[in-house]
Amino acid sequence: MKNNLKELFFPVVAVVAAFLVGGILVWFIGDDPLLVYELFFTSAFGSIDGIGYTLFYATPLIFTGLAVSVAFKCGLLNIGAEGQLVVAAFATAWVGIVLAGWPALPVVLLAMVAAMLAGGFWAGVPGVLKARFGAHEVITTIMMNFIAFGIVSYLTQYHYRKPGDPILETVPIAEVKDGVLVGPHIPRMHDLLAPLGVDFPERLPLNLAFLIALAVCFLVYVFLWKTKWGYELRAVGMNASAAEYGGVSISRNIIAAMVISGMLAGMVGINEVLGYRYRYYDGFSAGYGFTGIAVALLGRSHPVGVLLAAILFGALARSALFIDIFTVKISKDWVVILQAIIILFVACEALFRSGASRVFRRTVKASRTPEEKESLAA
Amino acid sequence: MSEEPKYAVEMRGVTKQFGEVVANDHIDIRIPSQSIHAIIGENGAGKSTSMNILYGFYTADSGETLIDGEPRSISSPRDAIALGLGMVHQHFMLVEPLTVTENIVLGAEPTSGVAIDYKRARARVREISEQYGLKINPDAKVGQLSVGQQQRVEILKTLYRGARILILDEPTAVLTPQEVDEMFAILRGLREQGKTIIIITHKLEEVLSLSDNITVMRDGHVVGNLPTREASAEGLARMMVGREVLLRVVKKDSEPGKPVLSVRGLTLEGGEGGTILDDISFEVRRGEVLGIAGVEGNGQTELIEILAGLATPSGGAILLDDEEITRLSPHQRKRRGVAHIPEDRHRRGLLLDFDLAGNSILGVHKDAPISGRVLLDRQVIDERARRLVKEYNVRPPDITLPARALSGGNQQKLIVAREFDINPKLILVSQPTRGVDIGATEFIHRKLIELRDAGAGVLLVSAELDEVLSLSDRVMVIYEGRVVGEVDPRSVGEGEIGLMMAGSRPVEKT
Repeated sequence: MKNNLKELFFPVVAVVAAFLVGGILVWFIGDDPLLVYELFFTSAFGSIDGIGYTLFYATPLIFTGLAVSVAFKCGLLNIGAEGQLVVAAFATAWVGIVLAGWPALPVVLLAMVAAMLAGGFWAGVPGVLKARFGAHEVITTIMMNFIAFGIVSYLTQYHYRKPGDPILETVPIAEVKDGVLVGPHIPRMHDLLAPLGVDFPERLPLNLAFLIALAVCFLVYVFLWKTKWGYELRAVGMNASAAEYGGVSISRNIIAAMVISGMLAGMVGINEVLGYRYRYYDGFSAGYGFTGIAVALLGRSHPVGVLLAAILFGALARSALFIDIFTVKISKDWVVILQAIIILFVACEALFRSGASRVFRRTVKASRTPEEKESLAA
Repeated sequence: MSEEPKYAVEMRGVTKQFGEVVANDHIDIRIPSQSIHAIIGENGAGKSTSMNILYGFYTADSGETLIDGEPRSISSPRDAIALGLGMVHQHFMLVEPLTVTENIVLGAEPTSGVAIDYKRARARVREISEQYGLKINPDAKVGQLSVGQQQRVEILKTLYRGARILILDEPTAVLTPQEVDEMFAILRGLREQGKTIIIITHKLEEVLSLSDNITVMRDGHVVGNLPTREASAEGLARMMVGREVLLRVVKKDSEPGKPVLSVRGLTLEGGEGGTILDDISFEVRRGEVLGIAGVEGNGQTELIEILAGLATPSGGAILLDDEEITRLSPHQRKRRGVAHIPEDRHRRGLLLDFDLAGNSILGVHKDAPISGRVLLDRQVIDERARRLVKEYNVRPPDITLPARALSGGNQQKLIVAREFDINPKLILVSQPTRGVDIGATEFIHRKLIELRDAGAGVLLVSAELDEVLSLSDRVMVIYEGRVVGEVDPRSVGEGEIGLMMAGSRPVEKT
């Protein structure tokens, strides 16, 4: 418990420090930092709409944050979550298109499986290349991103676009007919909470995928820390030589970690296609795969940390427009700058750690009784 | 000469704290000029810290240092060098492709204009080498020199920079017995020519034969300063550990049973057409310790890794109780009762940021009852870890601590506990007490002999010849991947075995 609190300490310091620096930036530009902070909090958390959108924006980041975390726990840097989720989202829509006319439930389930398989495959290729040939996963996953963007754009443009549609998107898999959404999709939060008597506004796009994301957080935690496979995966990430000595297959775990990572990234497709747009829309991802790296870093590759970090980044995404509109001189890019500052501070953790832990230790030492000191010395 | 101050180095009340750990607590060390002074102590006693303060790597929190009777502030190695100090590290800091001269002048190049004046440098290196009997060819490539010669290059380097006070950190750890003798002769010669020498070591025999005075450290304190002629090995060990210590391994004669391990014609081809292991055959019987003596880097590491399943041999067969295990994975071997204490516990043996419980299951983590089909059984793991920590006296006995937080000796005890708990029939042991304090060494040795007496076969590799000779029932000498011969550890002389370790007297015996 104490360890968990300590783990939380540095990311929180990084975020607070980033907000301070961001505030100074606002002041420097000639606007009111307090107003900006207020806009951030009220727009992201101050209303049911705010919270709904914040969590909706957070959903894909939870998936990609977990994806990057799992790979990272195995000592791998998956830069390719973006490509994996694009392929997965397309696969999700593709299942819906190909199985048009089927009953909705099996299509939804198959589409979810397709999302995970496509993402898993797209990440598995770099995994195999790394395990078999030692090809560095940073290079291969980046390259796989470009292949993903190209192939998916091509398929959308030339094979699955609605004829005459000026937008680069596939035909829809579900459509509103007579005020009812018909076709395979997952329910929105409004529909989920209505039977419980909770009136969650229908206009908010928050959907079942968010609850799936929460469940996946828990599953990833159990997998990594409670199963023998998670133990092996983390052992390889911690010290591959020692893991090998302990009878753990390094190559098998590298491949497994990448496939799982890709599957998690691929689940973004569930939120995007089955829960929100009901089609594949080319360029839908606002860099979720890349922001996922930041989320994982800030969340210290722990599911709880990832969840909190994703919500923070979701809140930033939500508040960007409001900060832009209701300030005179600050544009929404301020939010992007703030994200970058957070990451810079997280990356400078070593700096904090030495400084802060010194303070921490001094406090602990001062609060210690003479007996404790003696027992330490003994 | 008569003007020389009494003490070359004097440290008064030097204190250094790292976080909560007081590495040096008001230590007082006085080192007479032109003497050989040994600083001994267990790992973590603070001896390296004190010398790193002297050499300017660390700055003391309080206390003062006097060089030749003058108070000096040494805040960097540069200051130390300017004051005539020189340090030879345990791990050499040499550039292998360069020549001896190039290495020596690195960072202090004599120049004529902008060009480096190698001619002058060479002459100077040769001159120093001859003056102190170092016998080093200034034009040799460092990579082609033996380890002993490389060490002499390091000494030359300090002398070239004008060192009058030499600090040597564990200078004999990497040498054969003959090279140790040569090194001692050189050090004595340096003393005769006016140098002051400080050696950090834990080998008591060497301290007694070489030094003039001894400082003993324990837990960051200086617990004794005494002239060597008043010291005994038992007395020093007691001072270092703080209690009575058995330096000799007590064991009865072995009662060897059937062979548990048979190695037949094991061969490993090296990267550059060389042969790392050349047709090695031997047997380890139940109830005996077979020691392998040899200078490090003669194939021992690879041999153990192959036997543990971590490397694949080019040829040959390995049999465990008549079952061929040459192609089995490390896990399959472990399940058949092969325990392995790896030579490098940080690289192979531990997951340093995992807690002790997590480390205690490495290698058996897939097996019942530690793991079910899917989930690890936290309760079983924790109970087992607590039991191991208690039985093997791992300190501090907190299974939630990361392995990194333990001292080397306690880390090793944790590995030993984990490996011995599988009830092994064959134990592969590599450098079991490297960097381990005397107390833990004694404990690990006792456990090994206990398992031997219970009928396990033990294959022991150690760079410490003493350890091999005192633990083993038979000793096999290995040189350049070949078995040079076998000796009886009770009767063999150090000179004889030393020659074999250097590759001479190639007696074929299988």
